Amino acid sequence: MSDLISQNLNMIFKTPKGETVHALKDLNFTLKKGELLTVLGPSGCGKTTLLNITAGFIRPTSGVITLNNKEIDGPGVERGMVFQQGALFEWLTVAENVNFGLRMKKEDPIQTAKKVDEWLEIVGLQGFGNTPTYQLSGGMQQRVALARCLINDPDLILMDEPLGALDALTREKMQSLVLKIWKETGKTIILITHSVEEALLLGERLYVMAPRPGRIHKEYNLPFASMGLKEDLREIKKNKDFSAKREEILEMIWNMEEEIMGKDI
Amino acid sequence: MLTQIITFLIFVAVIGCILYGRRLIKTEKVDAVFGNPERALGGTHWVIVGSSFLLLIWLYYSWDIAKGFYPKSANELCQVAKVNDSLLGLKYQFPIEEREFKSTSQIKKENKNLNLILNEIQASQEIDNQQKTVLVGFINKTSQLIPLLTNEDLIENETKQKINDITGKINLLTENFQKPDYPFETEQELNERLKAVSEEGGWGIVKVQSGTGSIENTMEVPLIPATDRGLKFHTAAQELNLISDEFFKLRNHNPQFKNQIKQLKDDIKSYRKDLSDSEEVASTYAKNIVKIARRIEFASIYPPNALNKMQNAIIKFDNAQIKAQGGLRFIDILLFPAGTIVASGPSCSEQGSGRWLPKPSDTFNKFILMSKPSVGYKDIPLLWIDMVDVSKMIGFILPDWIADILPGEYPVHTKDGIVKENFKGNVLKVVTGDFKLFKVPVPYGHIWDSFLRVFLGLVFGIIIGVPLGLFMGLNRFAKGFFDPLIELYRPVPPLAWAPLIISVLGIDNTGKVFLLFMVSLSIMIISARAGASGTQLSKIHAAHSLGASKRQILRHVIFPNSLPEILTGIRVAVGMCWGTLVAAEFLAGTTGIGFVENVAKKYFQYEVIWITIFIMGMLGLLFDITLRKIIDKTIPWRGKG
Repeated sequence: MSDLISQNLNMIFKTPKGETVHALKDLNFTLKKGELLTVLGPSGCGKTTLLNITAGFIRPTSGVITLNNKEIDGPGVERGMVFQQGALFEWLTVAENVNFGLRMKKEDPIQTAKKVDEWLEIVGLQGFGNTPTYQLSGGMQQRVALARCLINDPDLILMDEPLGALDALTREKMQSLVLKIWKETGKTIILITHSVEEALLLGERLYVMAPRPGRIHKEYNLPFASMGLKEDLREIKKNKDFSAKREEILEMIWNMEEEIMGKDI
Repeated sequence: MLTQIITFLIFVAVIGCILYGRRLIKTEKVDAVFGNPERALGGTHWVIVGSSFLLLIWLYYSWDIAKGFYPKSANELCQVAKVNDSLLGLKYQFPIEEREFKSTSQIKKENKNLNLILNEIQASQEIDNQQKTVLVGFINKTSQLIPLLTNEDLIENETKQKINDITGKINLLTENFQKPDYPFETEQELNERLKAVSEEGGWGIVKVQSGTGSIENTMEVPLIPATDRGLKFHTAAQELNLISDEFFKLRNHNPQFKNQIKQLKDDIKSYRKDLSDSEEVASTYAKNIVKIARRIEFASIYPPNALNKMQNAIIKFDNAQIKAQGGLRFIDILLFPAGTIVASGPSCSEQGSGRWLPKPSDTFNKFILMSKPSVGYKDIPLLWIDMVDVSKMIGFILPDWIADILPGEYPVHTKDGIVKENFKGNVLKVVTGDFKLFKVPVPYGHIWDSFLRVFLGLVFGIIIGVPLGLFMGLNRFAKGFFDPLIELYRPVPPLAWAPLIISVLGIDNTGKVFLLFMVSLSIMIISARAGASGTQLSKIHAAHSLGASKRQILRHVIFPNSLPEILTGIRVAVGMCWGTLVAAEFLAGTTGIGFVENVAKKYFQYEVIWITIFIMGMLGLLFDITLRKIIDKTIPWRGKG
């Protein structure tokens, strides 16, 4: 029973102007161990709020969210997080960034160094251990972020648009890497994204969220992630099923946007 | 000699660099359009031209070039200035450099004054018509005095004779002056003069009074004529002084004038006596009329043509002396820009840029002299090393009460007058530093004192300010609690605190270090606070989810992340502290660079002032470069995160 279970999760913010924003309303879902969930939705639908609650950075207004039957009430090592960008410690080298968690736990330095080498190899950064992070490209930085999160061996990995700031080519490589890591480690992953394609490609399950109040609009179970483990990702994109799903979801999001912004002429 | 070589080198460098620059423009391929900053890259040769020009302007306007190439010119110009000074009074009587005769302008002026009083009296409400008539009568009588002086028929023979005498003397002087061997100096006189010249020293020589350790002002301009040409002018000036005195003693008072003015004075005196207290206004007018009459009496007013011959004689002498100056005149015009040597009475001085802009050579010599530890400034070297026993430092650090709290009593002398040390006494010796260990060199002096004050103030500011600032950036209580305190004292200019702090904590190091501590503290708090509150939330979140504790996040995330702000803050604080320190040392103190400048100011030691300015600039630059190096070394990620 190492599931992530959310029960009637509500989050209400107060803006500085005094308005209340219902960021999440009555969110109920269960995520089984080893599942890869992608969350998609227009901006302002509460994706990041959901992630922050799951990570324990903020507390929900009401409702309970549990991981392994334990209520989440603060940040913890069992839930690792990968951010969009800028979350690396640029005053440290790649290796120091990666071993940050272990160093904070004061683990044996020799063991730690070994683990760092292993993980750098997995994310494809062998030999970069002593490079300062500010000298790395965007894609490499995200690889470091992945390794830094994974070395702590978390039960759940939360990814907040980790590939959002990367160029198309690097992005595709990184998508394969995420799938590879998911397969090899069998971790539960929640990945938030803006890109419909990415959500379809990576998500074993997909939630499309709707704004005002933030809620799960539609849920999909998708075959593409398991296909991606064997096939080339570009081949999957040519798949008819894939295109149909993509159009369907795009339509859905367009409608949501129109609801908010008013219809463009 | 050095000045000459440097001047020559500067010209060579400037011309060479300009030629090189022009050739570069011709051969360079055009690879950047206008506006591309690449066009501003490089250009060391222009740096050379720029610094050469700066040095050249300094050399030129401080008259160092004149001193280098014509070291005796100042002495000679001093003698010329003496002649000009003696001639001045006589020249002013005539339209030589003025527009009109002195007599004419005096008459114009006094007539104007009489008219003013006349108008005032006639318009006055406070005096009756009868008195007005009397006062107008006085005015008429006063103005009638002037024709008595300007009438050629009335001038006395005695006066005429004296004017002729003076004219004759001037003509004789002119004649003698043009003779090559004037002023007919004897061998003995020559030897005495040359001896005096060598004792006096040259232009801008630095004298050190041995033993006192203090630096005297540089001799501005040597007075005693060193050259034959100088002696000529010197002697002529002395003779001219006598002639001028004779002329100004002379009065053109004929008997009619004397009678008239005596009568006028008596009339006004008796008139004022008869006036009652209530008629004070009329009395004041009468008094003012007498004043004008007296001015007419003592002004050298002569008939229009009475002084013609004398005027010609003066012009002739003036031409002769200008001719005798020869090449000196061109040196004066070309190499003494923005001023010249001016004499007043017996002494000469530089007036103009050469006065406040010290000559590079003098400044350099004085700096070398001041750098010597035996000279220094006010018996304290600029920067030197003293051998201090380590025991003194141990005694300073260890508190004395360590000995007091030990059991037992301090030793008491015996009846034989012998003091036998016991353990407690020996401990006291250790904690007060009363023992010998080994000596280490410790720097001291004005520069070191200033440096140490800035350093200590800064270190205390950093030690307290950085943790407090980080705390304030992260904690609501700390921010709220300390903010009023900081905001209360920070907006006050630090120098406004200086008088208070110096009077409370003393003029020595304590007060100044505390003042600098205050300056650096607020800057460090603000920068550390900005650094702490500017940490990206994602980094904090990442650290949290990596399992770091609060203390670890502070130590490993927030502190390194604030380091750029903190270091920039230190750089700002150093600049502020440096500025405040110098001003605080102006206010009060006994050592430090600012103190040196302040004392130098009191004695018009322009060289020392410029030396201190230079030292301060260099030290400020040194601080900044050091910090920039540290910043580049410690935070290479700045601006790349």
